[in-house]
Amino acid sequence: MLLAPVVWILTVVIAYFFAAKTWWFPLPINQHGIAYDEQFTRTLVVTGVIFILAQFALGWVIFRYRDDGGRASHSHGNNKLETLWTSATAVLFLGLVLMGTKIWAGVHFDEPPADAIPVEVLGKQFAWSFRYAGPDGKFGRTELKFINDAGGNPFGIDDKDPAGKDDIVSASLKIPAGKPIKLILHSRDVIHNFFVRELRMKQDIVPGMEIPLSFQADKIGVYEVPCSELCGLGHYQMRTTMQVMSPDDFEKWKQQQLANK
Amino acid sequence: MSAPAHASAHHAPSGFWRKYVFSLDHKVIGIQYYFLGLFSVFLGMSLSLLMRFHMVNPEAKVSWFAKLWPTAAAGGIMTPELYLSLMTMHGTIMVFFVLTTVPQSGFGNYFLPIQIGAEDMAFPVLNMMSFWTTFLALVVMVSAFFVQGGAPLAGWTAYPPLSGAGRITGPGEGMGQTLWIISIAIFCGASLMGAINFIATTVDLRCKGMKLMRMPLTCWTWLVTAILGLLGFAVLLAAGVLLILDRVAGSSFFLPSGLFISDQIIANHKGGSPLLWQHLFWFFGHPEVYIAILPGMGVTSHLLATFARKPIFGYKAMVYAVLAIGFLGFLVWGHHMFMSGMNPYSAMAFSVLTMCIGVPSAIKTFNWIGTLWGGKIHFTTAMMFALGFVSLFISGGLSGIFLGQPALDLYFHDTYFVVGHFHMIMGVAAIFGMFAGTFYWFPKMFGRMMNETLGKIHFYLTFLGVYGIFTPMHYVGIVGNPRRYSDFSNVEYLAGVIPVHQFMTYCAYVTVAAQIIFVVNLFWSIRKGPKAPVNPWNATSLEWTIPSPPPFDNFAGVHPVVYHGPYEYSVPGVERDFIMQTDAPNPVPAEG
Repeated sequence: MLLAPVVWILTVVIAYFFAAKTWWFPLPINQHGIAYDEQFTRTLVVTGVIFILAQFALGWVIFRYRDDGGRASHSHGNNKLETLWTSATAVLFLGLVLMGTKIWAGVHFDEPPADAIPVEVLGKQFAWSFRYAGPDGKFGRTELKFINDAGGNPFGIDDKDPAGKDDIVSASLKIPAGKPIKLILHSRDVIHNFFVRELRMKQDIVPGMEIPLSFQADKIGVYEVPCSELCGLGHYQMRTTMQVMSPDDFEKWKQQQLANK
Repeated sequence: MSAPAHASAHHAPSGFWRKYVFSLDHKVIGIQYYFLGLFSVFLGMSLSLLMRFHMVNPEAKVSWFAKLWPTAAAGGIMTPELYLSLMTMHGTIMVFFVLTTVPQSGFGNYFLPIQIGAEDMAFPVLNMMSFWTTFLALVVMVSAFFVQGGAPLAGWTAYPPLSGAGRITGPGEGMGQTLWIISIAIFCGASLMGAINFIATTVDLRCKGMKLMRMPLTCWTWLVTAILGLLGFAVLLAAGVLLILDRVAGSSFFLPSGLFISDQIIANHKGGSPLLWQHLFWFFGHPEVYIAILPGMGVTSHLLATFARKPIFGYKAMVYAVLAIGFLGFLVWGHHMFMSGMNPYSAMAFSVLTMCIGVPSAIKTFNWIGTLWGGKIHFTTAMMFALGFVSLFISGGLSGIFLGQPALDLYFHDTYFVVGHFHMIMGVAAIFGMFAGTFYWFPKMFGRMMNETLGKIHFYLTFLGVYGIFTPMHYVGIVGNPRRYSDFSNVEYLAGVIPVHQFMTYCAYVTVAAQIIFVVNLFWSIRKGPKAPVNPWNATSLEWTIPSPPPFDNFAGVHPVVYHGPYEYSVPGVERDFIMQTDAPNPVPAEG
């Protein structure tokens, strides 16, 4: 029957592009990313083997058991087989998810080190802003009524608060390589999502909530940050970058920002 | 075997309105649902075609766009907000008015009572009201296209604040979004009526001898789907009412304080939680996936046994698997919210439960292959679609093993990997179930046979077409392609995936064109197809004991008695290779 080879060929073609990595992840830029890729590969191998076996078996029964005028065998099933494949699937699937828990825990359960650099991230329709505390190490007070996008104050920093005088506000994220970073994610209107492929990380940014996200990036470079939660008509162009700099360059950049204030 | 035609004990209504429009007959209502779904699926498919066109031709000027949407496509160029409206309406129409209505309300309405030996549903008036309420919901939904600002753009999941704060969050978020929620609320009401009816019918109206464990698997899936609908739509209805109140009555269930939208301070909302909506929505939304797919599983199981001429492999295991899926389906909604900002510890519980639901799904797949093993497969078009369902279910199910892990979801959430996954399993697998059901039951419903040659051409084009559309979505998802983007040119790393999107769009053109073959086959066969015998497939369940199409009260006043399970094929020692459920306990081979 034609359907059997069709299923087989489809299976081979689909599996080929996964194996050949024709369209693939960018290289990871931290330990978490490496662990992520390992977990992905494990999952791909397990599901890939099941995928190929199951589709080939389907094609095989279609081919082998086509009607030839004879009589079908009579069976109502087999409890032993049933138990076997139920437990095998349970072990495989649960094993996979348990192996991934460390990765999830690393992102969400572990407290960031005390010296992690805090950066406030603001999502709004349809742009990003990032705020650094400045030399005093304190973020200035903000209020909605002081928000002035055109005037460079998307956070609404109160200029009467001395702690806010030295806050640095940037339209793209700049971070030093190899240093722990602690983002504090805010939205002022709808839900957005902070996503950096190379970090293998994303997090929704929800108005009314302050969501922390900690990580470290080890490789210098510029990485794209596309908004990854539908936020309205400009969703597709809500994009910024994350620039990972050497710690020296990062300090220089900060000084420059302060000098320009 | 066959009852004498037109010997109804109960007389059918004779007036046009009572017979065809406000009918109480479950069979007419089933067909009404079917055609409502057919209209909706073509509408939803057209919207997706426009989306696929726009994604790869974002700058294209199409003069009739401007005629259809003078503002949203001024000058013939589709705006991003129009794209998002098409996307929102595509998802909504497909999920609610196709995937929920056709397999359950359409086929279920028509065949549940017959397969369990009942004259009608338990509550015929409720049944009629359920259909017309659904119809009203569809009218309200479609009307959202025609109000100022157009259809909503917040997606079928309608996350607030985007969907709750009104016009300021975007065009379509005014009247369009309000109509959307009203339509969904009406739809919930309709589905609740239907669910109660299905449950009552299955519990109370089974004929003599039709024990629960003798029901065809289709009936089991319709029953479990109805229970899911009863519990799920009740919650969505509540959520919808709260969202409407936030929009029109100034309440703050989902809107927090401190909002600053479109250069305005939103002072009148305080204390709400955007995550509350997501919990309520997905508490419905995940069972909804099973509402869409379970009846397809039932049809597939039923057809594989019929056309392989073998008993279903592990009938009891299949029943327990359906029950397990139904139960677990209510405990996994949080896997849609791993990235939402909810407590990350809860992700552990949701992911383990999600993997658990993979187990009964795997049991089904194994048992389908076990059913085919050693069979004598008759490759009717109906069977081809059932086989296609199994293939798509494997493919779409396995990508869920990635997404069910919160660790891997850290990358894949809201990428095309997700779009590929749910289209494969909830979209096209379910639709293959509908096609299988159509080709299988058409002879009973319309008294004529469909054309098998056209059916097979349609099958192959559709099978290859949907794989061509939805497999590459996984690849571009691995590249990190975000979903719900109307245009990919703003993100540099997406340059490499545009040719893949072009390929998907071409496949979409082919697939859509193939559906014309189906429609031609359907309508041609209704009028001109060869007359159908009582039991064209030599199947065992009760619908194949009565004329095609059945008389008004199904069994012509005779109360059927069931002696056998639903899948007694190729029983050794019996000359005929099937035993009807109503055959005498020790069947004497007889030509029926």
